[in-house]
Amino acid sequence: MVDLIVNGKLLKLDAPPDMPLLWTLRDLARVTGPKYGCGRGLCGACTVHLDGTPVRSCITPVSAATGKQVTTVEGVGDDRVGRAVQTAWRDLNVVQCGYCQSGQIMSAIALLRGNHRPSDADIDAAMTGNVCRCATYVRIRAAIHRAAQALAA
Amino acid sequence: MNILERLESAPAGAPVDVRIENVSRRRFLQQTGGLALGLYLSPLLTACGRNAPGDATRAVDFEPDAFVRVGTDDSVTVIAKHLEMGQGTYTGLATLIAEELDADWPQVKVIGAPADAARYKNLVFGSQGTGGSTAMRECFEQMREAGAAARAMLVAAAAERWNVPAATIVVDNGVVRHPPTQRRARFGELAEAAASQPVPKRVRLKSPGEFKLIGRQMLPRKDNDKTDGSAIYTQDLHLPDMLVAVVAHPPRFWAQVKNVDDGKARSMPDVAAVVQFQGQPGAFNGGVAVLACHTWAAWQARDALQVEWDDTHAFKLGSREIFARYRELAQKPGLVARDDGDAEGALAGKNVARIIEAEYEFPYLAHASMEPLNCVVKLGDGSCEIWNGEQLQTNDQDAVAALLGIAPDKVTIHQLYAGGSFGRRGNPHADYVLEAVSIAKGARAQGIQAPVKLVWTREDDTRGGYYRPAFVHVVRAALDRQGRALAWRQRLVGQSIRRGTAFEKSIKNGIDNSSVEGASDLPYAIPNLRVELHTPDDITVPVQWWRSVGHTHTAYSTECMIDELAQAAGQDPYRFRRALLANQPHHRAVLDLAATKAGWERPLEPGTKDERRGRGIAVHQSFHTYVAEVAEVTVRPNGSFKVDRVVCAVDCGLAINPDVVRAQMEGGIGYGLSAALLDAITLEDGVVQQSNFDRYPPLRMNQMPAVEVHIVPSAEHPTGVGEPGVPPSAPAVANALAAATGQRLRKLPFDTAALKKT
Ligand code: FES
Ligand code: FES
Repeated sequence: MVDLIVNGKLLKLDAPPDMPLLWTLRDLARVTGPKYGCGRGLCGACTVHLDGTPVRSCITPVSAATGKQVTTVEGVGDDRVGRAVQTAWRDLNVVQCGYCQSGQIMSAIALLRGNHRPSDADIDAAMTGNVCRCATYVRIRAAIHRAAQALAA
Repeated sequence: MNILERLESAPAGAPVDVRIENVSRRRFLQQTGGLALGLYLSPLLTACGRNAPGDATRAVDFEPDAFVRVGTDDSVTVIAKHLEMGQGTYTGLATLIAEELDADWPQVKVIGAPADAARYKNLVFGSQGTGGSTAMRECFEQMREAGAAARAMLVAAAAERWNVPAATIVVDNGVVRHPPTQRRARFGELAEAAASQPVPKRVRLKSPGEFKLIGRQMLPRKDNDKTDGSAIYTQDLHLPDMLVAVVAHPPRFWAQVKNVDDGKARSMPDVAAVVQFQGQPGAFNGGVAVLACHTWAAWQARDALQVEWDDTHAFKLGSREIFARYRELAQKPGLVARDDGDAEGALAGKNVARIIEAEYEFPYLAHASMEPLNCVVKLGDGSCEIWNGEQLQTNDQDAVAALLGIAPDKVTIHQLYAGGSFGRRGNPHADYVLEAVSIAKGARAQGIQAPVKLVWTREDDTRGGYYRPAFVHVVRAALDRQGRALAWRQRLVGQSIRRGTAFEKSIKNGIDNSSVEGASDLPYAIPNLRVELHTPDDITVPVQWWRSVGHTHTAYSTECMIDELAQAAGQDPYRFRRALLANQPHHRAVLDLAATKAGWERPLEPGTKDERRGRGIAVHQSFHTYVAEVAEVTVRPNGSFKVDRVVCAVDCGLAINPDVVRAQMEGGIGYGLSAALLDAITLEDGVVQQSNFDRYPPLRMNQMPAVEVHIVPSAEHPTGVGEPGVPPSAPAVANALAAATGQRLRKLPFDTAALKKT
């Protein structure tokens, strides 16, 4: 049994300690926003925040998350930065297949928390670990700039 | 993916063969509880004996699967017959219906249609399915008629209620009004009364000048639930008691299980069963599946299986041997796909001033959708229920029915979002669907009734076959003494996608058009033009359509060779093309627009001292849509390079959702560049050498160029945009690299070592 705080809720889950956080969330907690894309830290589809820091949940054992705040894309709508990012994403019609976008959004939120006016180079550095096979990169970049502007206003 | 020959044979740009049934044969399905309205086509119903033509409108107890429903709660639900795999079909279909219904955009939601070819067949395919960039093309009238008829019934209901002539009623933004008396009602208030109105015999569709939603900029997409985690993909589906299956697949295609030691796997926690299943050689591979309560348990137990494989019928060649054979074949004449004038004679004739010959090599490519393949199956007694991001409903129903020995209509398919597909989920053999069904069947034989979710790992997905076929092209072309293109002979060598599938019928005289499309219809005015094809049939690597199919390779060889000819003729590559396209106004229009917007006439700004910069152009028609792209590159001394900018012009007829058109061009360019710059599936001894994103690297944020998309204004029938952005991207970049470095890259993916500064 592990105790996991997911989006502010305490969950008691029957997960072995070495089970990746991703599968614990998806299959046991049924929080399916974080996606499986590669299982090896290569694509970012599984990105969640642990105490505000973005991590690849597919290579993070659930034991490393106990006692920390786990935030997934389902849990960012009430947060100022989270809302700004989701709104920019919708305003610019960023999504295509959408499968990577939970991870993209979580990485973008983490970027904007630490950097209020990211440059294109900052965006490259923060977002290059998040793959989008639909290549929505042009819009992801534009949406991050837009969210930054909205947050500055 | 292009499935039917009709698709290729329809004249480009012509109003397409979307047949709209005559109005008297339309009928509405009416639902109890006051919900209205659906529209479907009757001929196939008649064929199924369910209904007879000319039947009066009938009330049906429950009819979930029409195109539009108006709820008493004021909701408008569009039932989408096309899969939403990222290309914006849900938004497009909703736009067409909402336009004619005069609905309020936010009140419209979209759900996926179930498998039911009678109602939801693709009018181009003749069966239910998504692909070939057909959705907007085939639905343009059908969906608008559905919306218009629903609107007419709401108006009729209001006219009756208010006792006023229908002609004096107006509808906008989801409100029905009678201006003279200032009466008004929302759709929901009229839904029940509308349901009992007769089906209109004839509906008037808006003229383009009346469009409010069609053509509107930045209409919000209908799948924005993908931004908050609430969208459900197959990977996310959970059914009560469901087991997850992870499979040990053979390391070589078509190998068979010889022996399994599953002792360790079975003893692992949460494992419910181990199922060995037979494949169908040439369709899907057999293997050993572990079924467990959750994915991680199944995955670990799969890795604990000891499987011995029988390679007797396995495919054992490597890429090197395959390409050697293809190059050899390319030296011999093949089956003729096009023959204008006398290419051989002209190439040997005395008018020739210059001959250029080039050999192009294209590797196998995996689709590598973000969501690895998966499928949920629940078997009943004589029935099968499937949940999937489903691309070819009819095809898959037939295949599953044959496997289980039941009737196709006993195979229910629920539509979910697909996390990408690029063609892969529309497998003509139904490969992964049959695998899922086989596993569920095997589990049932062990007494397990639970639904089964088959999950492929990224590694399974990369190594699982059904690739874009590898190809070799050899082009031999000549300029005459005036610097004009005189002759062109192109030989293509590669596997057929359609051979051995249900789509084989479309192969004519041994030519699978999906092997030569884009080459056999070369638009340039070259008097002596011959295109030949070799289709080796002993290479059994599973192949499939991959976003833009044959055009993925033909656009590359043809647009690079034209560029070489221009250079050899000492002419500007844009003007050289333009002159050869005098009779191709659509090609010319996109070429001109892209060149103008890219500033073709202005010299490119130089890079730093060590950098070489270049600009290249390419134009290509696929799926009736014309796209030209101008690429700008900067090459570093070590040969690595950055694609800085791509300017794209597209003519897709009337742009229903301009923003979706732009998005598809952006994404298509990125998808094409990923393959050109980075990707190859290679085999050694029949074993695929790539398995995850480390060795099959996807294009990333820092590699994506700035993209500008310009849409040619058009009132012609809409054509598709899901695929046509892909083909010109690689040749435009290759031509830019040639302009920067003088090096012509003829093998994909690009070898940057060749671009090193010497
Ligand atoms: S699934 Fe975790 S990085 Fe790809
Ligand atoms: S939107 Fe499809 S992978 Fe990013």
